[in-house]
Amino acid sequence: MTEVVAVIDYGMGNLHSASKALEKVASGQTILITSDPDQVRAADRVVFPGVGAIRDCIAVLRDTGLDQAIHDVVAAGKPLLGICVGMQALLARSEENNGIDCLGVFSGQVSFLGEMLGETGNKLKVPHMGWNQVQQGMAHPMWAGIADNARFYFVHSYCATDVPESEVAGYCDYGRRFAAAVTRDNVFAVQFHPEKSADAGLTLLENFLRWQP
Amino acid sequence: MGLAKRIIPCLDVDDGRVVKGVQFVDIRDAGDPVEVAKRYNDAGADEITFLDITASHEGRDTTLHTVEQIASQVFIPLTVGGGVRTLEDIRNLLNAGADKVGINSAAVHNPEFVREAAERFGSQCIVVAIDAKKVSAESEPNRWEIFTHGGRKPTGLDAVEWAKRMTDYGAGEILLTSMDRDGTKNGFDIALTRAISDAVPVPVIASGGVGNLQHLVDGVIQGGADAVLAASIFHFAEYTVADAKRYMQNAGIEMRL
Repeated sequence: MTEVVAVIDYGMGNLHSASKALEKVASGQTILITSDPDQVRAADRVVFPGVGAIRDCIAVLRDTGLDQAIHDVVAAGKPLLGICVGMQALLARSEENNGIDCLGVFSGQVSFLGEMLGETGNKLKVPHMGWNQVQQGMAHPMWAGIADNARFYFVHSYCATDVPESEVAGYCDYGRRFAAAVTRDNVFAVQFHPEKSADAGLTLLENFLRWQP
Repeated sequence: MGLAKRIIPCLDVDDGRVVKGVQFVDIRDAGDPVEVAKRYNDAGADEITFLDITASHEGRDTTLHTVEQIASQVFIPLTVGGGVRTLEDIRNLLNAGADKVGINSAAVHNPEFVREAAERFGSQCIVVAIDAKKVSAESEPNRWEIFTHGGRKPTGLDAVEWAKRMTDYGAGEILLTSMDRDGTKNGFDIALTRAISDAVPVPVIASGGVGNLQHLVDGVIQGGADAVLAASIFHFAEYTVADAKRYMQNAGIEMRL
């Protein structure tokens, strides 16, 4: 039977890029954009993208029951890939929008980049926008064929902090070192946009479609 | 090790065709925006900007179709600007596959539009395009004003103040074009680029006037730009994107090679 890869649609913008990039690297899998929690549960693999504000993102997930579907996918051991705000939503709490409780799949926090930069005294632009290097924090099947310190495309103003080191799959430096990729068991989540990161990003997506956690 | 400066080729597209002549030696159809975007992607461009100069209303559907085509085949960020006036315009472009949308004259006519757009879609996809022209005399301190209608119509708005206001309203990036330099090949207006870059907390793309690779270096090092946009030097194959990246890296600028 053909594998189904669900791309979670919760009305938060550009899913076209993620699904088109997945279609480009898929070999036989069906890419299904869906907002139906049952279809998400039934899928073989799940991609959880996201852009925009975390408050709106979490509110929609809770209203639609997609939050529970994501927890069920995690518990069922199926591969789950979080992207950008999708990664942030998997952490415990974000300080964006005056503080929002997130899904708590990972125990880290989400903090504003600008305030952290203030400590170093460097005047760096926020959002962190463009191609930055990702230093791989561990060997992982998701990094297969991707050079250490390869560049990926980032666009974000908030980043993960306080993630246990054993769960940090990749680091990025922008004024300060932060977790650019986190993982545990069947979940992998990235702050950057693999769907916009040319060959390195497409390789990561291809790895996800093959990943057998 | 860190964030790379970006090189952004810009395509002017009219009713689904690239205009101002792209002249690649071995390209099959230099008027096809999808073909041209793919070539720039293969050449190592960090992003692509697509300026829609379609005049007719019907042409808008062509634009959306073109954006869709590019986004299905080119996996680097795509910014689309030109004629963006409503939240629906933005939604349509994002749904078609644009990653960022450029707002220009609509921001001048209704600054609140930028605030609404950033609230609805997020600052990360709202680029405010600023066309500025120097209005101070040689003996006076530098002052630049916002112009509309391709640099013909002054607005009375101070460019630096305007850029700050736009970022306060939620613009995630500023695309800054010097109308004095645009098309001259004399290089960016460095003082303008530096003034805006120092004034705003968000990334600034320098545009207007690139004639050689040293101009790109100057825009970043002297002007403080986070990205450089160029059209003709790449379209007419005077330099490749790879040439530009090597030159900039040799000048000590961090690039994605």
